[in-house]
Amino acid sequence: MNSLLRRSIFPIYNNSLKLTCRSFAEVPVKEKIDEIVKKNKVVVFMKGVPEAPRCGFSNAVVQIMRMHAVPYDSHDVLSDENLRQGIKDYSNWPTIPQVFINGEFVGGCDIMLQMHQSGELIEELKKVGIKSALLTAEESKKKEENK
Amino acid sequence: MSIILRPGVFNIHRSMSSMAGVVENTIRSKLLSTLDAKHLDVINESYMHNVPKGAETHFKVVVVSDKFDGLPLIKRHRLVNDILKEELQTGVHALSIVAKTPQQWETSDKVIESSPNCKGGFGK
Repeated sequence: MNSLLRRSIFPIYNNSLKLTCRSFAEVPVKEKIDEIVKKNKVVVFMKGVPEAPRCGFSNAVVQIMRMHAVPYDSHDVLSDENLRQGIKDYSNWPTIPQVFINGEFVGGCDIMLQMHQSGELIEELKKVGIKSALLTAEESKKKEENK
Repeated sequence: MSIILRPGVFNIHRSMSSMAGVVENTIRSKLLSTLDAKHLDVINESYMHNVPKGAETHFKVVVVSDKFDGLPLIKRHRLVNDILKEELQTGVHALSIVAKTPQQWETSDKVIESSPNCKGGFGK
Protein backbone atom coordinates (compact mmCIF):
# COMPACT_ATOMS: atom_id res chain seq x y z
CA MET A 1 0.00 0.00 0.00
CA ASN A 2 2.74 2.32 1.09
CA SER A 3 4.74 1.61 -2.01
CA LEU A 4 1.72 2.11 -4.24
CA LEU A 5 1.19 5.50 -2.73
CA ARG A 6 4.81 6.41 -3.16
CA ARG A 7 4.76 5.35 -6.76
CA SER A 8 1.84 7.51 -7.68
CA ILE A 9 3.32 10.58 -6.03
CA PHE A 10 6.75 9.91 -7.41
CA PRO A 11 6.40 11.51 -10.88
CA ILE A 12 5.44 14.83 -9.29
CA TYR A 13 8.50 14.86 -7.09
CA ASN A 14 10.62 13.71 -9.94
CA ASN A 15 10.60 17.22 -11.37
CA SER A 16 12.74 18.41 -8.54
CA LEU A 17 16.41 17.91 -9.32
CA LYS A 18 17.28 17.24 -5.71
CA LEU A 19 14.89 14.36 -5.49
CA THR A 20 15.86 12.96 -8.86
CA CYS A 21 19.34 12.38 -7.48
CA ARG A 22 17.83 10.36 -4.69
CA SER A 23 15.42 8.49 -6.92
CA PHE A 24 16.96 5.09 -6.23
CA ALA A 25 16.49 5.58 -2.51
CA GLU A 26 12.93 6.76 -3.02
CA VAL A 27 11.84 3.58 -4.76
CA PRO A 28 12.36 0.82 -2.20
CA VAL A 29 15.60 -0.92 -3.12
CA LYS A 30 14.02 -4.31 -2.64
CA GLU A 31 11.43 -3.63 -5.34
CA LYS A 32 14.07 -2.34 -7.69
CA ILE A 33 16.23 -5.45 -7.20
CA ASP A 34 13.20 -7.68 -7.56
CA GLU A 35 12.63 -6.13 -10.96
CA ILE A 36 16.30 -6.44 -11.98
CA VAL A 37 16.70 -10.12 -11.10
CA LYS A 38 13.47 -11.09 -12.83
CA LYS A 39 14.11 -9.16 -16.02
CA ASN A 40 16.91 -11.45 -17.23
CA LYS A 41 17.61 -15.15 -16.92
CA VAL A 42 21.08 -14.62 -15.52
CA VAL A 43 21.97 -11.55 -13.48
CA VAL A 44 25.32 -10.82 -11.83
CA PHE A 45 25.92 -8.19 -9.14
CA MET A 46 29.62 -7.46 -9.14
CA LYS A 47 32.35 -4.93 -8.46
CA GLY A 48 33.20 -3.18 -11.68
CA VAL A 49 31.98 -4.19 -15.11
CA PRO A 50 32.59 -7.43 -17.05
CA GLU A 51 35.18 -5.67 -19.25
CA ALA A 52 36.99 -4.41 -16.15
CA PRO A 53 36.13 -6.22 -12.93
CA ARG A 54 37.47 -4.49 -9.83
CA CYS A 55 37.65 -7.52 -7.57
CA GLY A 56 39.22 -10.92 -8.09
CA PHE A 57 36.08 -12.75 -7.00
CA SER A 58 33.93 -10.79 -9.42
CA ASN A 59 36.48 -11.43 -12.14
CA ALA A 60 36.31 -15.18 -11.48
CA VAL A 61 32.53 -15.16 -11.99
CA VAL A 62 32.91 -13.17 -15.21
CA GLN A 63 35.44 -15.71 -16.49
CA ILE A 64 33.10 -18.61 -15.70
CA MET A 65 30.24 -16.90 -17.53
CA ARG A 66 32.56 -16.28 -20.48
CA MET A 67 33.61 -19.94 -20.62
CA HIS A 68 30.00 -21.03 -20.78
CA ALA A 69 29.14 -18.13 -23.14
CA VAL A 70 26.24 -17.14 -20.92
CA PRO A 71 24.37 -13.98 -21.83
CA TYR A 72 23.86 -12.05 -18.61
CA ASP A 73 22.93 -8.73 -17.17
CA SER A 74 25.51 -7.23 -14.82
CA HIS A 75 25.27 -4.50 -12.21
CA ASP A 76 28.19 -2.66 -10.67
CA VAL A 77 27.63 -2.26 -6.92
CA LEU A 78 30.60 0.09 -6.59
CA SER A 79 28.75 2.74 -8.54
CA ASP A 80 25.70 2.60 -6.30
CA GLU A 81 25.97 2.37 -2.51
CA ASN A 82 22.24 1.68 -2.15
CA LEU A 83 22.52 -1.28 -4.45
CA ARG A 84 25.66 -2.50 -2.70
CA GLN A 85 23.89 -2.74 0.66
CA GLY A 86 20.49 -3.47 -0.88
CA ILE A 87 21.58 -6.61 -2.67
CA LYS A 88 23.17 -7.99 0.51
CA ASP A 89 19.93 -7.49 2.39
CA TYR A 90 17.82 -8.79 -0.49
CA SER A 91 19.53 -12.16 -0.71
CA ASN A 92 20.70 -12.28 2.91
CA TRP A 93 24.22 -12.86 1.63
CA PRO A 94 27.09 -10.78 2.97
CA THR A 95 29.45 -10.64 0.01
CA ILE A 96 29.75 -9.62 -3.65
CA PRO A 97 29.60 -11.03 -6.35
CA GLN A 98 26.13 -12.52 -6.35
CA VAL A 99 24.60 -14.56 -9.16
CA PHE A 100 20.88 -14.94 -9.85
CA ILE A 101 19.40 -17.46 -12.24
CA ASN A 102 15.71 -17.13 -13.11
CA GLY A 103 15.22 -14.61 -10.32
CA GLU A 104 16.69 -16.90 -7.71
CA PHE A 105 19.88 -16.35 -5.78
CA VAL A 106 22.33 -19.11 -6.69
CA GLY A 107 25.50 -18.10 -4.88
CA GLY A 108 28.72 -16.16 -4.88
CA CYS A 109 32.13 -16.88 -6.36
CA ASP A 110 32.89 -20.07 -4.37
CA ILE A 111 29.58 -21.67 -5.28
CA MET A 112 29.78 -20.69 -8.95
CA LEU A 113 33.28 -22.13 -9.12
CA GLN A 114 32.17 -25.42 -7.59
CA MET A 115 29.07 -25.60 -9.78
CA HIS A 116 31.30 -25.01 -12.77
CA GLN A 117 33.70 -27.76 -11.70
CA SER A 118 30.97 -30.28 -10.90
CA GLY A 119 29.04 -29.68 -14.11
CA GLU A 120 26.03 -28.52 -12.15
CA LEU A 121 26.16 -25.11 -13.79
CA ILE A 122 25.55 -26.63 -17.22
CA GLU A 123 22.43 -28.30 -15.82
CA GLU A 124 21.15 -25.15 -14.11
CA LEU A 125 21.63 -23.17 -17.31
CA LYS A 126 19.82 -25.86 -19.29
CA LYS A 127 16.81 -25.50 -16.99
CA VAL A 128 16.39 -21.88 -18.06
CA GLY A 129 17.01 -22.60 -21.73
CA ILE A 130 20.65 -21.55 -21.96
CA LYS A 131 22.99 -23.97 -23.62
CA SER A 132 26.48 -23.76 -22.22
CA ALA A 133 29.25 -23.30 -24.77
CA LEU A 134 31.16 -26.05 -22.96
CA LEU A 135 28.31 -28.44 -23.71
CA THR A 136 28.22 -27.40 -27.35
CA ALA A 137 31.98 -27.93 -27.59
CA GLU A 138 31.68 -31.35 -26.00
CA GLU A 139 28.93 -32.39 -28.40
CA SER A 140 30.80 -31.35 -31.51
CA LYS A 141 33.85 -33.20 -30.24
CA LYS A 142 31.77 -36.36 -29.87
CA LYS A 143 30.35 -35.91 -33.37
CA GLU A 144 33.86 -35.67 -34.73
CA GLU A 145 34.82 -38.87 -32.98
CA ASN A 146 31.80 -40.72 -34.34
CA LYS A 147 32.51 -39.73 -37.93
CA MET B 1 37.97 -32.99 18.65
CA SER B 2 41.14 -32.80 16.66
CA ILE B 3 42.45 -29.46 15.56
CA ILE B 4 44.92 -29.85 12.78
CA LEU B 5 47.70 -27.30 12.96
CA ARG B 6 47.98 -25.00 10.03
CA PRO B 7 51.00 -25.27 7.80
CA GLY B 8 53.83 -22.95 8.71
CA VAL B 9 53.35 -20.67 5.76
CA PHE B 10 50.14 -19.27 7.22
CA ASN B 11 51.83 -18.68 10.53
CA ILE B 12 54.40 -16.57 8.76
CA HIS B 13 51.71 -14.35 7.30
CA ARG B 14 50.23 -14.03 10.71
CA SER B 15 53.42 -13.10 12.47
CA MET B 16 54.04 -10.50 9.78
CA SER B 17 50.90 -8.70 10.81
CA SER B 18 51.24 -6.52 13.84
CA MET B 19 47.66 -7.10 14.96
CA ALA B 20 48.10 -10.74 16.11
CA GLY B 21 44.78 -11.72 14.50
CA VAL B 22 42.02 -10.86 16.96
CA VAL B 23 39.33 -11.36 14.34
CA GLU B 24 41.06 -14.48 13.05
CA ASN B 25 40.94 -16.00 16.52
CA THR B 26 37.28 -15.10 16.96
CA ILE B 27 36.42 -16.69 13.61
CA ARG B 28 38.32 -19.81 14.60
CA SER B 29 36.70 -20.22 17.99
CA LYS B 30 33.18 -19.51 16.69
CA LEU B 31 33.43 -22.05 13.89
CA LEU B 32 35.05 -24.65 16.14
CA SER B 33 32.43 -24.44 18.84
CA THR B 34 29.32 -23.99 16.71
CA LEU B 35 30.11 -26.50 13.99
CA ASP B 36 32.19 -28.90 16.04
CA ALA B 37 34.68 -28.75 13.18
CA LYS B 38 36.80 -31.80 12.52
CA HIS B 39 39.22 -29.73 10.51
CA LEU B 40 39.51 -25.99 10.36
CA ASP B 41 41.73 -23.55 8.53
CA VAL B 42 41.28 -19.83 8.96
CA ILE B 43 43.50 -18.05 6.48
CA ASN B 44 43.94 -14.31 6.58
CA GLU B 45 44.25 -13.30 2.93
CA SER B 46 44.11 -9.58 3.62
CA TYR B 47 47.76 -9.12 2.68
CA MET B 48 46.74 -9.93 -0.91
CA HIS B 49 44.55 -6.85 -1.00
CA ASN B 50 44.75 -3.11 -1.01
CA VAL B 51 44.43 -2.72 2.77
CA PRO B 52 46.79 -1.58 5.55
CA LYS B 53 49.36 -4.02 6.87
CA GLY B 54 47.98 -6.26 9.57
CA ALA B 55 44.39 -5.73 8.42
CA GLU B 56 41.83 -8.46 8.98
CA THR B 57 39.46 -7.88 6.12
CA HIS B 58 39.78 -10.83 3.77
CA PHE B 59 39.55 -14.41 4.98
CA LYS B 60 39.28 -17.89 3.65
CA VAL B 61 37.92 -20.64 5.86
CA VAL B 62 38.10 -24.37 5.30
CA VAL B 63 35.58 -26.12 7.54
CA VAL B 64 35.02 -29.84 7.80
CA SER B 65 31.99 -30.73 9.87
CA ASP B 66 29.35 -33.44 10.27
CA LYS B 67 26.80 -30.65 10.44
CA PHE B 68 27.12 -30.14 6.69
CA ASP B 69 25.82 -33.64 6.05
CA GLY B 70 22.82 -33.55 3.72
CA LEU B 71 22.99 -29.79 3.25
CA PRO B 72 23.37 -28.32 -0.24
CA LEU B 73 26.31 -26.00 -0.81
CA ILE B 74 24.32 -22.81 -0.48
CA LYS B 75 22.92 -23.85 2.90
CA ARG B 76 26.40 -24.75 4.17
CA HIS B 77 27.65 -21.34 3.13
CA ARG B 78 24.65 -19.64 4.70
CA LEU B 79 25.35 -21.50 7.94
CA VAL B 80 28.96 -20.27 8.03
CA ASN B 81 27.94 -16.74 7.02
CA ASP B 82 25.39 -16.73 9.81
CA ILE B 83 27.85 -17.85 12.47
CA LEU B 84 30.21 -15.08 11.38
CA LYS B 85 27.49 -12.49 10.88
CA GLU B 86 28.92 -10.08 13.43
CA GLU B 87 32.41 -10.21 11.92
CA LEU B 88 31.01 -9.70 8.42
CA GLN B 89 29.16 -6.63 9.58
CA THR B 90 32.11 -5.14 11.43
CA GLY B 91 35.06 -5.19 9.11
CA VAL B 92 35.39 -8.59 7.47
CA HIS B 93 34.83 -7.74 3.88
CA ALA B 94 35.50 -10.96 1.99
CA LEU B 95 34.92 -14.51 3.15
CA SER B 96 35.73 -17.41 0.92
CA ILE B 97 34.30 -20.69 2.17
CA VAL B 98 35.18 -24.32 1.63
CA ALA B 99 32.64 -26.43 3.49
CA LYS B 100 32.93 -30.21 3.42
CA THR B 101 31.67 -33.20 5.36
CA PRO B 102 34.37 -35.45 6.92
CA GLN B 103 33.73 -38.03 4.18
CA GLN B 104 34.14 -35.44 1.43
CA TRP B 105 37.27 -34.11 3.08
CA GLU B 106 38.84 -37.56 3.33
CA THR B 107 38.26 -38.30 -0.34
CA SER B 108 39.33 -34.85 -1.53
CA ASP B 109 42.90 -33.96 -2.41
CA LYS B 110 42.90 -31.54 0.54
CA VAL B 111 44.52 -28.89 -1.57
CA ILE B 112 43.01 -25.49 -1.04
CA GLU B 113 43.53 -23.12 -3.90
CA SER B 114 44.39 -19.57 -3.09
CA SER B 115 41.75 -16.93 -3.77
CA PRO B 116 41.83 -14.94 -6.99
CA ASN B 117 44.08 -11.93 -7.20
CA CYS B 118 42.76 -8.62 -6.07
CA LYS B 119 41.68 -6.15 -8.72
CA GLY B 120 41.90 -3.20 -6.42
CA GLY B 121 38.22 -2.41 -5.96
CA PHE B 122 38.51 -2.26 -2.21
CA GLY B 123 39.91 0.75 -0.40
CA LYS B 124 40.20 2.85 -3.53
